[in-house]
Amino acid sequence: MSLIKTEQLNKTYDVGDHCVRALDDVTVNINQGELIAIIGSSGSGKSTFMNMIGCLDVATSGKYYLDETDVTTLSVNHLSEIRNKKIGFVFQGFNLLSRTTALENVELPMIYSSISTKQRMAMAKEALSLVGLSDREAHLPNQLSGGQQQRVATARAIVNNAPIILADEPTGNLDSQTSYEIMELFCKLNKENSKTIIIVTHESDIANFCERIIEFKDGKIVKDKEKINL
Amino acid sequence: MNLITTIKIAVRALIANKIRSGLTTLGIIIGVSAVIIMISVGEGATQKVSISFSALGSNILLVHSGTAFTKGMRSAIGSKPTLKMKDVTAILKNNSAIKTAAPLVSGSSQVIYKNQNWFTSIKGTTPEFFVMQEWNVVLGSKLTEKDVSRETKICIMGQTVASNLFGDLDPIGKSVRIKGIPFKVTALLEKKGQSLMGIDMDDVIYVPVTVAQKRLFGSEFPGMIHIIMAQAINKQRIKAAENELTLALRQSHRISYGKEDDFTVKNLAQILDIAESSTKIFSLLLGSIASISLLVGGIGIMNIMLVSVTERTKEIGIRLAIGAKPRDIRLQFLVEALILSLMGGFIGITIGVTLSCLIAHFIKFPIIISLPSILLAFVVSGMTGIFFGFYPAFKASKLNPIDALRYE
Repeated sequence: MSLIKTEQLNKTYDVGDHCVRALDDVTVNINQGELIAIIGSSGSGKSTFMNMIGCLDVATSGKYYLDETDVTTLSVNHLSEIRNKKIGFVFQGFNLLSRTTALENVELPMIYSSISTKQRMAMAKEALSLVGLSDREAHLPNQLSGGQQQRVATARAIVNNAPIILADEPTGNLDSQTSYEIMELFCKLNKENSKTIIIVTHESDIANFCERIIEFKDGKIVKDKEKINL
Repeated sequence: MNLITTIKIAVRALIANKIRSGLTTLGIIIGVSAVIIMISVGEGATQKVSISFSALGSNILLVHSGTAFTKGMRSAIGSKPTLKMKDVTAILKNNSAIKTAAPLVSGSSQVIYKNQNWFTSIKGTTPEFFVMQEWNVVLGSKLTEKDVSRETKICIMGQTVASNLFGDLDPIGKSVRIKGIPFKVTALLEKKGQSLMGIDMDDVIYVPVTVAQKRLFGSEFPGMIHIIMAQAINKQRIKAAENELTLALRQSHRISYGKEDDFTVKNLAQILDIAESSTKIFSLLLGSIASISLLVGGIGIMNIMLVSVTERTKEIGIRLAIGAKPRDIRLQFLVEALILSLMGGFIGITIGVTLSCLIAHFIKFPIIISLPSILLAFVVSGMTGIFFGFYPAFKASKLNPIDALRYE
């Protein structure tokens, strides 16, 4: 059973007098529990694809089934709910709220779903301990290192028990040592918590952590291969 | 998303920009306190007018004698001595809408007590006058019908005259001379204060009307009186009283049908209405000027909220990405605007009430701080917040999450 399924997904942007096809008939199946890297040069459409999968953007044409629900027809509020319940985002720039402690940042998604304050705190603590930051709960983002901030962001992505984590260049702002640590965290979440993780990257060593690599070029999937486990 | 969390987030965002929030609130503070002060001053003025008029007695009609008409030239009201004591009697006879009436003969003269003297106005009248004016004596005994009929040379003194002639002495029983004639002071009137025109109403001496006519001011036109003051039985019957008065006087003066009245009737209630409506307009004007500052304060909130939305585009993007619905974002910014304006309203009310009290205390102007006006100011400031906060909040909720996330 596929968790994410797209059929001839198209996205075009009007740029003045001509159209840009950011996505061109993308058809792909992603199963529960996969760890996938999406690679491609800039402008290849990988980020657009990510936004589409993450229900942040709506396709021009084509179908997108998330957990067998047709997402393309849903309202803005429904999309918000899906992002809240099913998808966790990890961004290149961490995107934590400044002036807000690590714990409160992790609590953020639950503010928008009906979870009691007490339970919210407990779940946030659990998520933070899962990413190994139990001792940094009260720290503000600017008191944390890049790697730690990305861990907080990852905790925020998993706290609501979302089955999917979408990471857009999660290691782009990190040094290679920290990048590997984050990737190991993703691998762990994938193996032990059976999260479906999709990582957009342009670094081949990061992509090599993943079992499946999808390559985009000019809005099309040009390569989709399972990595042979060595 | 529950309201307490929303309020917490809003408060935190406002505290993060203390100076900016403070300055934004200042607009509302000034607006609200201006509204409160202006309404208080306006209502105080209205009350002052009513009080001054009620000092003249309620439902009062004034009759002046007519104008002299000599060789085609018309003189001022009262220049022709048409009113006599028999007119007062005629008015009091068989008239259902008129409660009572009294004559007034007035003039002014030097009043002398031993080595003190004082120039004041002297009025001759009957006991009914003091009933109509609801004017009591604080010392001594009232004017009586006997004083009028026996033409006793007594006088009733206003407080200003008494203090100028006698200082701290008890005036009752003392003898003063008016135009060389000795008068015995029998009563001291209670203090009435200034009239609306700023005239000291206590600077006066009352004598029996008969004495005033015959001994003091009667030489020119014997038996004339200057003004008849009449009182209608209630406010509704003032018009009827006016008609009865006119009819009685026309009969008394034998004016045939179609001829002009030789007297003028003035309705004080009408004047009161006019004065009250003009002070109402005055307070409305003050209020609307103050509301403009509230409006400006509201625009200030809108301005700052728009800046805040732009500045926090990224935050909005993050919130939208992790599952905030547009309405959650809208509510968050609306609550922020509301907190700003309500806080401004609260502080504004405090300042407005304090300043009003200070004004009342230091410049002795009557101030009325009414609870409805305070509640109104509070509600209006809240509405200002919602009204001017709505557009920025709406704008925030319409942001596209992708663009918002990309915003630097």
